[in-house]
Amino acid sequence: MATEQREKQTMSGAELVIKALVDQGVEVIFGYPGGAVLPIYDALFKQNAIRHILVRHEQGAVHAAEGYARSTGKPGVVLVTSGPGATNAVTGLTDALLDSIPVICLTGQVATHLIGSDAFQECDTTGITRPCTKHNYLVKNAEDLARVVHEAFYVATNGRPGPVVIDLPKDVQVQQGHYTGPQNVRHKTYRPRVEGEADKIRQAVELMAKAERPIFYTGGGIINAGPKASELLRELVKLTGFPVTNTLMGLGAVSGTDKHFLGMLGMHGTWEANHAMHDCDVMINIGARFDDRITGRLNAFSPGSTKIHVDIDPSSHNKTVRADLCIVGDACRVLEQMISAWKEGGFKPNTKAVKKWWAQIDQWRARDCLHFTQGKDIIKPQYAIQRLYEKTRNRDTFITTEVGQHQMWAAQYYKFEQPNRWMTSGGLGTMGYGLPAAIGVQLGHPGKLVVDIAGEASILMNIQELGTAAQFRLPVKVFVLNNEYMGMVRQWQQLLHGGRYSQSYSESLPDFVKLAEAFHCVGLRCTNPADLDGVIDEMIKIDRPVLVDVAVDKAENCFPMVPSGAAHNEMILPDQPASAPGASVSEEGMALV
Amino acid sequence: MSAQAALPIQSHILSILVDNEPGILARIVGLFSGRGYNIESLTVAEVNNAAHLSRITIVTSGPAPVIEQIKAQLGRLVPVHNVHDLTVEGPHVARELALIKVAGSGEKRVESLRIADIFRARAVDSTIESFVFEVTGTTEKVDAFIKLMQPLGLVDVSRTGVVAISRGATPL
Repeated sequence: MATEQREKQTMSGAELVIKALVDQGVEVIFGYPGGAVLPIYDALFKQNAIRHILVRHEQGAVHAAEGYARSTGKPGVVLVTSGPGATNAVTGLTDALLDSIPVICLTGQVATHLIGSDAFQECDTTGITRPCTKHNYLVKNAEDLARVVHEAFYVATNGRPGPVVIDLPKDVQVQQGHYTGPQNVRHKTYRPRVEGEADKIRQAVELMAKAERPIFYTGGGIINAGPKASELLRELVKLTGFPVTNTLMGLGAVSGTDKHFLGMLGMHGTWEANHAMHDCDVMINIGARFDDRITGRLNAFSPGSTKIHVDIDPSSHNKTVRADLCIVGDACRVLEQMISAWKEGGFKPNTKAVKKWWAQIDQWRARDCLHFTQGKDIIKPQYAIQRLYEKTRNRDTFITTEVGQHQMWAAQYYKFEQPNRWMTSGGLGTMGYGLPAAIGVQLGHPGKLVVDIAGEASILMNIQELGTAAQFRLPVKVFVLNNEYMGMVRQWQQLLHGGRYSQSYSESLPDFVKLAEAFHCVGLRCTNPADLDGVIDEMIKIDRPVLVDVAVDKAENCFPMVPSGAAHNEMILPDQPASAPGASVSEEGMALV
Repeated sequence: MSAQAALPIQSHILSILVDNEPGILARIVGLFSGRGYNIESLTVAEVNNAAHLSRITIVTSGPAPVIEQIKAQLGRLVPVHNVHDLTVEGPHVARELALIKVAGSGEKRVESLRIADIFRARAVDSTIESFVFEVTGTTEKVDAFIKLMQPLGLVDVSRTGVVAISRGATPL
């Protein structure tokens, strides 16, 4: 009764928004104030339920919200002003769309009567963000506000998750309106299918039981479906004894040290994962989307396999790779169904054939494709990550990355035991993602170790967020592999463009130690392999934000590598002659990214 | 994609029921332009005022896998209730309406009237030297009528694009 009466009261649009957020369980907002959101900031000032984290750039706000969302499983919330506030958020929103991360972004807008007049700090936010959000709203009446906020959370978190923008004109923020609780809001149309079709599940397990050379290929869908999905995947892997490979987005779904795990697949995937994908006879794709980083040249992708594709988004099916059995459903639910169908049907794997398959895989494994030699003088980037892994593996560690070589090395050499511990920009490949994402992770996990594995070029793209880390006493660690190059660009220029290193040298780098200190953080430097362990220990010990500048081998390349336009089993390895298959890039490949 | 380039290109009529909310048309059109799909014609109007529903009819063309992808992408949009591919779902009626302005005098003017009669087109506006004909039918019929009007003093054409509905008693 009391609640009902309270709900009949009117309040300002700004208060409605805050109340709706509180009722959605929001504890933290990442934002940056400005003219068009002042009423909401005023409402924030008058309450204590939600903590506001002041970022230094709106892009940082969205990445922080992404980091928070990916590590906690809860949607991240962003609040920015109109015009430049909204346009600065666009990169983050696109990143969240491509990696399917639930984010709610509230943007201020000029008053409704000014919309379309080129008012100060006006932009067509819903127009600009339409192609880079899962959905967006422009609210023109305070009476709609509570419903729209609740709907936005539903849309962002159900089905394939994604970012949702709510554009809030300033007059709507000061208008009076009534509140409705989330229990009263039901979306008119949006009902994504969660349950897999029973007969297709049956067909899938029948295929699995008959398989001679099976492989599980799983992606971010497992992570998005919650930790239970990872547990179920591990159970299914154990039940069947099949090998499993994860995409960049899917790392942590199975233990990185499990013998069934072949490592990451794709452009910088392992020799064994890519060969197993190419030669398999039954591929079970759960929550991955046959991204071009995975498939390589499409007409050479796993030519002999029967493909099962489980995805919550029907548009992922048959988009680039034709699957033989498409199952629409939530990864967690479908895994549950598969396991019970497998058990109830009394299915057994084709042990004899699968054993033979493992023997083949062990041969590929013996190639030891991630081998490197650490000398006495120069730190190999792979070694730096390996040591970081060894020094942090016994505690619950969260890793974020920027984008480039360091990101791929991190994916290859850091082994994740649990899901939600690995936050990286996969689909959009956004340099500058890692530091703000680490800030979001740290807020969701106080007291845990959060490390942004970075490159010296990427880190400069959102370096200003060191200020955020300092202000909110977030002891994130930035572990910079400094090779003085935009390393991945340099690598492609070496391999594809005759070693013409056009604009890829990181000229005029700052002194990172002094830079960290200028931001009230701690700066450390390491140039000698012998010092590395000590520096990592010190970094972990300091309960403040730390930036470690690790000088690594400038010429190191990231291998294995499937060059663009090559088949996914045509990998370049460091010790391969230049004449090896795949070592040269076709003319068609030159046009690919 | 080179593999799809070899597949035959087919024209499909898609009927999409959507919430009539601001920006919905931009969402649909943006999806087509953003993903490189074709639009041959597009019509939209509210069909249920109380429930705020609009029906959008799009004629699009592409190889079969692309058409499947277009339907899946449309179905993914939050305000879309359903997507029907009339071309594959069975018998349907598809019509276009066109307004065609023809100016001329003498025998040409009389001839345009005679042809209009054959096509069951009605003159909805007339001056001493011009007619505006209203013609309804399939795209092919409207095309044929326009072609015949060309030598008879065709001035302007305005056409609606295809609207379509399934045959029989059941709703889409």
